[in-house]
Amino acid sequence: MTHRKDGAPGYLLSTLDALVAWGRKYSLFPLTFATACCGIEVMGALGTHYDLSRFGAEVVRFSPRQADVLLVAGTVNYKMAPVLRRIYDQMLEPKWVISMGACACSGGFYNNYTVLQGIDKIMPVDVYIPGCPPNPEGIIDAVVQIQKIIETGAPRAAERWPGTR
Amino acid sequence: MSRVLDKLAAVFGTEVVATHSDFGDDTALVRRDRIVEILVFLRDDPDLLFDFAMDLTGVDHYGEEPRFEVVYHLYSLEKKHRVRIKVRLPEDDPAVDSAVTVWPTLNWYEREAYDMYGIIFRGHPRLTRILMYEGFDGHPLRKDYPKEKRQPTIGPEE
Repeated sequence: MTHRKDGAPGYLLSTLDALVAWGRKYSLFPLTFATACCGIEVMGALGTHYDLSRFGAEVVRFSPRQADVLLVAGTVNYKMAPVLRRIYDQMLEPKWVISMGACACSGGFYNNYTVLQGIDKIMPVDVYIPGCPPNPEGIIDAVVQIQKIIETGAPRAAERWPGTR
Repeated sequence: MSRVLDKLAAVFGTEVVATHSDFGDDTALVRRDRIVEILVFLRDDPDLLFDFAMDLTGVDHYGEEPRFEVVYHLYSLEKKHRVRIKVRLPEDDPAVDSAVTVWPTLNWYEREAYDMYGIIFRGHPRLTRILMYEGFDGHPLRKDYPKEKRQPTIGPEE
């Protein structure tokens, strides 16, 4: 690029994929599937103090057809599992999944007859957030991790998911 | 004994197996054969008037026989007194007559006890699972339900 003030427009060499990824990573629309106390931390992350909108992910969509990122925050039991899977199936490609908190990642301390032992039993998960519940910083970090996946073109978890697609 | 238990024992005699009033809580263990009759008496007798069925729970006394127990917690809004009625059920036939006709509110409690313990309430209008899903195998609050057992994950219903 030249920097002379000659009135000629500058230009930037890139690929279309990189351009799309650049746009995509700053316009993530999360769907928060909050079933437990992790949902309170999501509210904290979206609020003014932590302000997730700095990372381009503040437009929370409660319709799965308009969302890019499924943020599963909280305990998922066996009865809720088909509902969660249906919401995941309703989201349009490309889509990413964040599993937030010990319950969503592994069932947490609910090692009993009713709680699904981690949502990765029913759907591919791109980023896990540990903690019970995690800090809002954890959510921000997970969004940044999703942005890195988009930016680098790394395969999504759905592409490694056995059997589905 | 208290007034409630005295009256119950006087009317039903040998149907009442045991009573106590520990900590001020009147409790009567009764036979299961005439349970609905006993509950109707408790509800309608002008001295008792137990018009409010507060709770119904199941209990699993694993290792004992009879193994299962159904507990009715009754309260009288009119008389301001309480009573606890217990029925023991054998393991090979954990069934008792439904009390939905006596207090309609027991409908969901009986379904819960069926769901969690497998206790059959004869004559219940719709004795299906209420908390767990239909594909669930077993009754999770039984003491011999394996703690590590995992249920099949059901897919979206189409």
